[in-house]
Amino acid sequence: MVTITDYAGITPAWCPGCGNFGILTALKKALVELDIEPYQILMVSGIGQAGKLPHYTKGNVFNSLHGRSLPPAIGAKIANAELTVIAVGGDGDGYGEGGNHFMHSVRRNHDITYLVHDNQIYGLTKGQASPTSDQGFVTKTTPQGAAPPVNPMALAIAAGASFVSRGFAGDIEHLTRLIKLGIQHKGFALIDILQPCVSFNDKNTYSWYRQRVYKLEEEANYDPGNKAAAFAKAQEWAERIPIGVIYQQELPTFEEQLPALSRGPLVRQQIGPEQIRGLLAEFL
Amino acid sequence: MTVDINFMVGGEAGQGVQSVGFLLAKALARGGYHIFADQDYESRIRGGHNFFRARARDSRVEAITEPVDMLITLDKASIDLHQKELATGGVIVFDSESVKDIGSDGNRLGVPLGKLAEEKGGAKRMANTVALGAALGLVKYDLDILDKVLSDHFGAGEVGDGNVKAARAGYEYAQQNFRGDFTYRLDPFITNPRMLLTGNDAIALGAIAAGCKFMAAYPMTPVTSIMEYMSSKAMDLGLVMVPAEDEIAAVNMVIGASYAGVRAMTATSGGGFCLMVEGLGLAGMTETPLVVIYGQRPGPAIGLPTRTEQGDLEFALYASHGEFPRAVLAPATVEDAFWSTIKAFNLAEKYQLPVILLTDHHLASSYGTVEQFDLSKVTIERGLLFTADKTSQSEYQRHKITESGISPRAFPGQEGTLVVTDSDEHNESGHPIEDAETRTKMMQKRLRKLVSLKQEMAPPQLYGAEKAETTLLGWGSTYGAIREAVDLLRREDISVNLLHLNELWPFPVESVSSVLDQARQSYVIENNATGQLSHLIQAETGRKMSGRILKYDGRPFTPAYIVRELKKAGV
Repeated sequence: MVTITDYAGITPAWCPGCGNFGILTALKKALVELDIEPYQILMVSGIGQAGKLPHYTKGNVFNSLHGRSLPPAIGAKIANAELTVIAVGGDGDGYGEGGNHFMHSVRRNHDITYLVHDNQIYGLTKGQASPTSDQGFVTKTTPQGAAPPVNPMALAIAAGASFVSRGFAGDIEHLTRLIKLGIQHKGFALIDILQPCVSFNDKNTYSWYRQRVYKLEEEANYDPGNKAAAFAKAQEWAERIPIGVIYQQELPTFEEQLPALSRGPLVRQQIGPEQIRGLLAEFL
Repeated sequence: MTVDINFMVGGEAGQGVQSVGFLLAKALARGGYHIFADQDYESRIRGGHNFFRARARDSRVEAITEPVDMLITLDKASIDLHQKELATGGVIVFDSESVKDIGSDGNRLGVPLGKLAEEKGGAKRMANTVALGAALGLVKYDLDILDKVLSDHFGAGEVGDGNVKAARAGYEYAQQNFRGDFTYRLDPFITNPRMLLTGNDAIALGAIAAGCKFMAAYPMTPVTSIMEYMSSKAMDLGLVMVPAEDEIAAVNMVIGASYAGVRAMTATSGGGFCLMVEGLGLAGMTETPLVVIYGQRPGPAIGLPTRTEQGDLEFALYASHGEFPRAVLAPATVEDAFWSTIKAFNLAEKYQLPVILLTDHHLASSYGTVEQFDLSKVTIERGLLFTADKTSQSEYQRHKITESGISPRAFPGQEGTLVVTDSDEHNESGHPIEDAETRTKMMQKRLRKLVSLKQEMAPPQLYGAEKAETTLLGWGSTYGAIREAVDLLRREDISVNLLHLNELWPFPVESVSSVLDQARQSYVIENNATGQLSHLIQAETGRKMSGRILKYDGRPFTPAYIVRELKKAGV
């Protein structure tokens, strides 16, 4: 049995009180509860405070470039589909720098889980507006206020996602459940996580979120399989913010549709020049 | 008797110029001829003007040539544009239905292409096949070989039959109606034919032979056919080719697959490589094997998308911020492209770094004849691998500091081993660090890999005598043209040799220096405007070239062009 101590990593360099701590705890708990061992997981992260998370726990780690957590995660998953692949990044990383990868990873439905630490601010560069900063939010780079934000939930649903969800770093139990569902989901699982930045975002604080979040699973009659309802739910923000699974549908994954993977993980397949012997005749 | 005949097929995009050219080349290759053929086309799908040159010789050939012995035209524009390139005694095949006023010079053959195609083949669109038949009729080539090439290409059904009949109609028409004097007669002379393939075909085959199982790329001329070939074999051979959303995704997917233990590559041209550069640095920092097939075309920006140039040598050598080791190989011929690709995979894994295989449009899309690859000579060297030991107390260190700079690789998913790496500067365990001492040690460790990597590089190819008055230097796809220029000059008793670089980085300082020291003068010959190889040679050896023959019009060199330019320069 895996225990939480198996997932102890090096000491985090995050600010005291950072929302990232809640996400780290929830991730470890989810992995322990799913009885997945560190060697079975691969965490691929981008750059920013979120990108450091894999180092603060245990597992295989590929800490890539800014905005590029998804492409290497996809490459590794195709190379070894037995790995549990978790991509990690922030809002700037995933919705700004890596926006194109986000849209296409969603539509191709790769079998990976994507944690987006969404603090609505650039933290590591010390407080500039991000793609999810609320409209009008004043920062050093947006003295007249930020432009309208992207809506990751609506974007993912529109792109054909199979699992779209939102968690809150201030509710570890709920987030743990969500991460477990995401990992268990067959296909691309987006978990956007509301994460207070205690150093640079004095608007979207723990209490600001607490006053607004509510759990979808406690809503009578909410059906995450209903795309139109999910799209409507994805628009809620200013007064009430839904957390939980907003949308889920069963779709074939990219990996299960690759003929090559029906023979087992690519990494274990035989290689050698004899493979081309039959091909040479085509050129005669 | 020596045979060296130069065909040109011209027409609009969509008329089947490429098919005629390719099938002509294939038919002659089956009879034993050595072929070199290139394609000149515009960046459009229909219309415009395209041509295909195929040169057949009874000995090795690796360059296009001038003038044209037989001009096969599918439209009027091809006559107008290329008539002046015709050799004395050359022949023009044209469509007598659409072209009336070509004059009555003896060496003209007008064929009612559309009419014969419809009557004999069953469809007007086989007009190009009629032209192919007429061309081979003029040289009285073996009809059975042509029949077989067509049925292999078009299948045994109605389309194949129609094409065989259309070609025969053209063949017979030429024999009955040609009144001119065209002296070439081509007979098949071997029964054990060579392969006919492009540089891109050879690269794709080389990659599969080397065990490449994963490719991700975005289509871009001139490398798209590599993607298509890999995709077409995905099912049968258990490969994966991901059509990525952009080149940034492509290179990063490849890095992810390679980190996870699978031989992987991407392919692109200059514009796409611009986007991949951050990935190159990522592979350098995380010491992840990476193979990039880089087919150059003229830039900057979109440049001339369907033409050729060697303008990106310095970009390939120096791309990315920061300093890290890499290897750059530049295959000279179609055959070379196969072996260089295999070497690229071996170097990438043994030294855990990016390897760029630098080709260009000319090599990528030109056809050459090659003896069947001897697969027993293919070696797969995966480098130092770490074997997990469950009893070991010490944890695996992905970036362990060693004397060679090479740390044993492990792949994620092995019990008892965690593979941790970072684009941040990191310690031996792969976790990020900030201290000066570790940074220095890690830089030294990575750069130390160059010491043994240098030993792997093949010396440049020397053609001709070891010592000559004039040494010509080239790299990559210009090899065939420069080599033939050397032959032409030596026939005039001009003392000249060629030092050709196929493996550019790490740079072969000693061998280049020693050849240059024996030459009275040296000329670098490059398909670019600024003489990038000459810069490199000067930087690495301290030797300055006497002169440079540069060409940057988007077109490849011919041997005759090189000879003319050298003579102008006083050689």
